[in-house]
Amino acid sequence: MRSGLISTDVLVIGGGLAGERCAIEAAAAGHDVMILSLVPPRRSHSCAAQGGMQAALANCVKAEGDNTTLHFLDTVRGSDWGADQEVARIFAEEAPVAVRELAHFGVPWTRVRGGKNSYVIKGERVEIEERLENDGLIMHRDFGGTAKWRACYAAAATGHAALYAVDSEVVRLGITVRDRTEAVELIHDGSRCWGAVGRCLRTGSHFAVLAKATVLATGGYGRIYGQYTTNATINEGMGAVIAMNTGIVPLGNMEAVQFHPTALAPSNILITEGSRGDGGYLLDKNLHRFMVDAEPEKQELASRDVVSRHMKQHMRDGKGVETPYGPHLWLDLRHLGEQHLTTKLREVFDICRDFVGLNPAHDLIPVQPTQHYSMGGVRVNKDGQAYGMAGLFVAGEASCWDMHGFNRLGGNSLAETVVAGRIVGQMAAAFADAASLDVEASIALHALKRADARVSAWLERSGSGPNIYDIRNAMGETMMSKVGIFRTGDELVQAVDEISALLADCDKAVLRSKVPGMNPELTFALRLKGMLRLALVTAKGALLRTESRGAHYRSDYPLRDDAEWLNRTLVRWAAEGREPTFSYEPVGEIDLPPGHRGYGSDERIEMRQSIEQYNSDAYQQQADHGRLATKDAPGSRMRRGDWRAQA
Amino acid sequence: MTGNGSGASRRLRFEIFRYNPEDAKSVPHMQTFELDEAPYMSLYIALNQIRETQDPSLQFDFACRSAICGSCGMMVNGRPALGCRTLTSDLPELIRLHPLPVFKLIGDLSVDTGTWFRQMVEKSEAWIHSKQAFDPEAQEERMDDELAQAIYEGDRCIECGCCIASCGAANLNADFTGPAGLNRMARFMMDPRDSRADADWFEVVSNSDGVFGCIGMMACHDVCPKELPLLEVYAYLRRKVLTTKISGL
Repeated sequence: MRSGLISTDVLVIGGGLAGERCAIEAAAAGHDVMILSLVPPRRSHSCAAQGGMQAALANCVKAEGDNTTLHFLDTVRGSDWGADQEVARIFAEEAPVAVRELAHFGVPWTRVRGGKNSYVIKGERVEIEERLENDGLIMHRDFGGTAKWRACYAAAATGHAALYAVDSEVVRLGITVRDRTEAVELIHDGSRCWGAVGRCLRTGSHFAVLAKATVLATGGYGRIYGQYTTNATINEGMGAVIAMNTGIVPLGNMEAVQFHPTALAPSNILITEGSRGDGGYLLDKNLHRFMVDAEPEKQELASRDVVSRHMKQHMRDGKGVETPYGPHLWLDLRHLGEQHLTTKLREVFDICRDFVGLNPAHDLIPVQPTQHYSMGGVRVNKDGQAYGMAGLFVAGEASCWDMHGFNRLGGNSLAETVVAGRIVGQMAAAFADAASLDVEASIALHALKRADARVSAWLERSGSGPNIYDIRNAMGETMMSKVGIFRTGDELVQAVDEISALLADCDKAVLRSKVPGMNPELTFALRLKGMLRLALVTAKGALLRTESRGAHYRSDYPLRDDAEWLNRTLVRWAAEGREPTFSYEPVGEIDLPPGHRGYGSDERIEMRQSIEQYNSDAYQQQADHGRLATKDAPGSRMRRGDWRAQA
Repeated sequence: MTGNGSGASRRLRFEIFRYNPEDAKSVPHMQTFELDEAPYMSLYIALNQIRETQDPSLQFDFACRSAICGSCGMMVNGRPALGCRTLTSDLPELIRLHPLPVFKLIGDLSVDTGTWFRQMVEKSEAWIHSKQAFDPEAQEERMDDELAQAIYEGDRCIECGCCIASCGAANLNADFTGPAGLNRMARFMMDPRDSRADADWFEVVSNSDGVFGCIGMMACHDVCPKELPLLEVYAYLRRKVLTTKISGL
């Protein structure tokens, strides 16, 4: 097997928005940067983000009075108080700068049109006079769970436009990109990361990259839900896998999995929340707008976890449209008109036409809630540095930074990619500044040898074992049916047992193709065990968390329990370890006290401690759980109490 | 591009180009597979079924499977198309699949579009040439929404390579900028944030590797999955070149 050893200053694993924005920061600081990407960077899953990017620019009438504190409040409420509030604060403050920087990079943001505009708001068509002095500034659209119109957008292809602009900067800066490359193992010495082993997906050969600083930006793990996800086929969570395999770096809140209300049935292709933000309705089989009954205030624009639960419950109550693929509900955009649908929601129009042969100006769109986003990920401190592993940084969906807690607001993740990209990129660059590549090459050679050995093990196994695609399909069925929108202890126990059995099957599975080169079956087989390990810690985390918070809903524990569970799940599981180890840390210091979100249930179990008691040792406890020291003191950017003027 | 495929019960025959350059024993050939058609069956679904149930060595590329990432360009019965949004119900029972021409073959239906598009971006410097450094304190520069929509229209290209594969000029001249490249240039030419003047573009746009290398067959316009108005793009570029030249006389 061909192998090689190369070096760079900053290694970025993942060529989506978060990774590329980090790479730009490091390259601008004068570092030699290399990006490894599964696909050409412009094909990364960031390109599929549709509706918008949240930033409190307050440019249109419905955004008047918006500010970063309101954005912070919406984000913490959306998270069901699971977020790290300092990170949510940093994020809200940096988002306007990051969005404006994208305009500088060339994103054709939709702009304010001064004068009379026609919108659909809560079922009514209204005329609003946009201020002439704001003409030409970046426009906003409404999204779920926000007090103001805040999502900046480029039609319904915001991620695509942002990714192309950022990748143009990457090319301009001459950053090396190795596309069709997968990172299969981190090179580390137990407390310091020194790069990664890559596998070339053209030839199948391994090579090692030694780096002063390493950034993981590999996106989410939606594909552990098999076909029941809006995610791309490449969102298999391998960044989380190689971090967890170290046994040192914990994953945070893996049970926090978002289900998007409107995936197209039956293919599960995303239909943006912007379609409801722009005035779309959800209807049941009787063409009744049930969300108005369920959430009179926010209606279709409650947070995603709340809307998805109402939809699922409504279908359980027999109000869904039955099909051979299972029940679905309807998304009604007809009243928005063809002009709006073919401009501001053009990508939605195209998807409906291409994949189900519908014209949303005349037809209802079949939708169902489906796995969409991974709030969980590699746990990092506010600088993006992984717990317990110096030199390893994580940004974007791959991370648990943690501004999303147990539910992410629409448009916040796309903004997170560039906000975190800027911050974490700076931190990684600063780390590389102070570091030298003072490491024994043998550490990389051992990692290379292990990677080769894993390939050999698959190729040498023969006979009649289970098929890897059957195992993957079974994993997806278990995860969606038992670790889905509504969860119970009994089903989660079954899920843990089933995934454990699949892990055992995986060790006996046999490849049917042993062709040289990348070998697509081998390529997937090499990922399967890691995906099953992610599935297991997700199911087990959900089983252990005996409360309901955000997207994690336990029918047998329906209340949010701030007395016992106002914390973050951490899980560690070394590649060779038998069992995962769970522990819990405080969410961070609390500024906005836990309360009602403004939508969903208003019942909960209150904290027993005072906020002061909770906060008194929160950061110390996090340090005990592996949080590394940050550049600025923890809590230094909290702006405690600022929210009082807005609440 | 409609067709819900309901009531489908056809037996489909796929003839697929096979060649693995990494395998010394592999020779280019066509291989036949059969599948029962299912409702809403796309080539994404069909090819994965073939790989998972018939030949696990089959190479092809999909990522988003929703016609936005541009990974799955392939020749479908002789015409470039995105596999993910091509429904079998729109095709005859015999479906012939080849890799896109022009691009380097990786294996079977998989081609290296990434390298091609990176060199195109480098060659045409397809990035904003800023007038000044970004000021994090400043409000964004204003832009008329009509202009933003016009730039967005050109920005919609997903670099799938279908236009390049369909292009007579690109198939004959490896240096031809190609439809996607010309579209990219036009997108930056109309962007006021880019400091390049029309005269700066003249050399790259006006030669035989640029817009005058186009031999006018316009297959690109017909096959573009994003329905980019390429005919108008070339007219815009030619007009720009001519007015630049005339105003320079």
